[in-house]
Amino acid sequence: MKLPRVLKELTHYRSAVLGLCIIGALIALSIYTVVTIPYDEAIRRWRAGEELWGDYPRNAVPEWFNLFAGNSLPTTRVMNSKDGAIRKDIQTISTDMRTSDMKFSFDYTSDGFPNEINLFLTAKFDQKKPQATMIWRTPDGRQIPLGDTTVGVAERFSISTDQRLSLKLDGRAPEVGLFAQPGTTEKGKTPVVQKGTYELIVEGLTFEKDSTLDAKLVVYGQAYGIAGTDHRRRDILLAILWGTPIALAFGFLAAVGSTLTTFSIAAIGAWFGGWLDAAIQRLTEINSVLPVLPILIMVGTFYTRNIWVILGIVIALGIFSLGIKTYRSMFIQVREMPYIEAAHAYGAGNLRIVFRYMMPKIAPVLIPTFVTLIPAYVFLEASLSVLGLGDPLLPTWGKILNDAYTNGALYKGLYYWVLEPAVLLMFTGLGFSVVGFALDRIFNPRLREV
Amino acid sequence: MASGVLTEKAGAPPKFGLRVPETLTRITKYVVFRGVALFFTVVIGVYLTVLIANMGGYLDTIRIAQIREQVGAAVLGDVTLQTLPPSELRKYIDDIVILEVQRLRLDQPFWIRSVDYLVDALTLNLGRAEHLTSNSGSKTVRLILLERIPATLLLSACANLTLFFTAIFSALYLSRHYGSLLDRLVVSLAPTSAPPAWFYGIFLILIFASILRVLPFGGMVDAPPPEDTLGYIGSLLRHMVLPVSALILGSIFIAIYQWRTFFLIYSSEDYVEMAKAKGLTARTIERRYILRPTLPPIVTAFSFTLIYLWQGAIILETVFAWPGVGRLLFQAISIFDVPVIVGNVVLIAYLLVTTVFLLDIIYALLDPRVKVGGERRV
Repeated sequence: MKLPRVLKELTHYRSAVLGLCIIGALIALSIYTVVTIPYDEAIRRWRAGEELWGDYPRNAVPEWFNLFAGNSLPTTRVMNSKDGAIRKDIQTISTDMRTSDMKFSFDYTSDGFPNEINLFLTAKFDQKKPQATMIWRTPDGRQIPLGDTTVGVAERFSISTDQRLSLKLDGRAPEVGLFAQPGTTEKGKTPVVQKGTYELIVEGLTFEKDSTLDAKLVVYGQAYGIAGTDHRRRDILLAILWGTPIALAFGFLAAVGSTLTTFSIAAIGAWFGGWLDAAIQRLTEINSVLPVLPILIMVGTFYTRNIWVILGIVIALGIFSLGIKTYRSMFIQVREMPYIEAAHAYGAGNLRIVFRYMMPKIAPVLIPTFVTLIPAYVFLEASLSVLGLGDPLLPTWGKILNDAYTNGALYKGLYYWVLEPAVLLMFTGLGFSVVGFALDRIFNPRLREV
Repeated sequence: MASGVLTEKAGAPPKFGLRVPETLTRITKYVVFRGVALFFTVVIGVYLTVLIANMGGYLDTIRIAQIREQVGAAVLGDVTLQTLPPSELRKYIDDIVILEVQRLRLDQPFWIRSVDYLVDALTLNLGRAEHLTSNSGSKTVRLILLERIPATLLLSACANLTLFFTAIFSALYLSRHYGSLLDRLVVSLAPTSAPPAWFYGIFLILIFASILRVLPFGGMVDAPPPEDTLGYIGSLLRHMVLPVSALILGSIFIAIYQWRTFFLIYSSEDYVEMAKAKGLTARTIERRYILRPTLPPIVTAFSFTLIYLWQGAIILETVFAWPGVGRLLFQAISIFDVPVIVGNVVLIAYLLVTTVFLLDIIYALLDPRVKVGGERRV
């Protein structure tokens, strides 16, 4: 059956059309990802730490959650004096001593509290470190001193983890206390956000001629981007995007590798017969005793977790799978057919008969199996990742699930973290298996009647 | 799962009339032959596991380094030996390390020991675990395994037996009501079996444990376990609901679908039409003309169900923190506890092969067309 005809037949099945749409969307997403974010770039970014992800909120839900949560999920706000958006007020006090005052002023309009507040201070100096004093000013004019510090080359002034500040704010976390209406922070009350213009004043002092002081205020939000962030502040979207081509490639290559080899070996065994056939049969039986998942877990633990090596082993273990027995019984029937005898009579070689005459005859049976195998391997990769044996470098769907699981996402109610990869896996699984089922009915007319 | 077996067709109903002694000798010969072949299969399978679990001998290097570190720490911490000069102290450590290495026979070539490991494994002399212990504190691998088996059996038996019988009987029902609304519903739900059971487990935990808070997240009983038997059983059942549902959800629709297709193919055979024409009752037709020739595949599928039952589900048990053999295997692998890994695999291999062997015999008895000892099947 030719491809256009198969596609036409497929359109008779509504579910298959849906499945094809899903597969098409996944392939499009993969191409988009691979083109826009190069492989090395994806790995570098996924493995980066604070230097790249420092301005991202921790465990933030996707931004579109605001559609359902009212206006209660603020987004992250970053203000940097190096950008020029914040005016630096520099006044000379003596020859070497100068002030370096910065005022971070911003409107806060969300109904929810921020996730965290950090101030990143950077300085340039030879010997004497600059000094900075921080003051918080609320919309109703209250001033809350946040303390002072000497600034090294790069310093993180973590406002959210300041215990003493927290005590001053009725024991509330600073990011709540600093943004709450006065009188709502006492014990037993629910803090309410005070909306309006907030100011963080950094009063800096530098003690050298060329010494400078810069500051970056990050008010982390509760929501970020399309997919949210994980426990290490990373944008989950990166892993969601890169997970797609990896899942598809893994599933496709594993399915191609194992079905084609199994198929050819079955054909060769059936045609040549004798000791070769017997050896293949025995190998298949040994292979069926080998516990596949434990072997993969052992390889992952003892040797390597590289996804492409694992892929190779998956294929190798799939070569002598029980499918050989099914294909063999079909090939034995084909072997006795007159056209094979004819081919033999006009002098076709053994391998030519196997590959050009016998295999195409049974190929249609292979196609549905092949399509339904793809999601099976996609889930195998996810399974290994969930056990913590995912590729150490690459971001995959399974690894998001594993991160979510080991960080107790379900206990903490961070459902988006689990649901995003899970829903994608679900779609992949359903998309391919729906098409596989339809193909099965098209290629095996016997199933179509019943 | 058993799809390959299911689609294979056993053909026309059996003919009788073979002379008994001939059949008996054939079957005996066949059984012996299969027994020997399967034994070698186990030997090779277990040997491969031994090789992989020992990292092809590399694990020895790690073990010797561990011994050296332990002995070094012990000797250096011993006050009575502090007075020895450094060179003698080093020699003392080396001596102990050599003794220890000899005791564990790590000085012999790996391939010799690998054969010993194989023999030990095959004779079920499973030895002692390196790190893991049983609840009572024993390091005997056999005890650790025995302690975990009931948990796995309980979980998989509930799930797999329910799954198997529900699938068969629903399939028979659907094949009688082919094309009904229910039938079409099951057919369209069949692709939902693409994700594995643990995947449904995550969703179930999310809904019933996380959001609704009606069932526990995981584990086998409450901590601390209830004192009275009734409370204990209640707690056990509550913990079992989610994993069992996950296992069933993971494959129920595909199972029903496959059996239904299978029964439909058989009920469209000419001899069934013939029986219908003769005016036999639907019940007789089902029993004598549909179930009888489909018995071998059903038995095969059932025996595979039994194997899965032993093997447990590594990931599902891990996801649900269920203390079964699957989770044990995962724990053992993650802390390099080779004796437990090998013991676990040997256990599964034996069970698998025994089942296959029994299956071969039952097959030969049920399906006389299995031409044993005769010319090759074509």
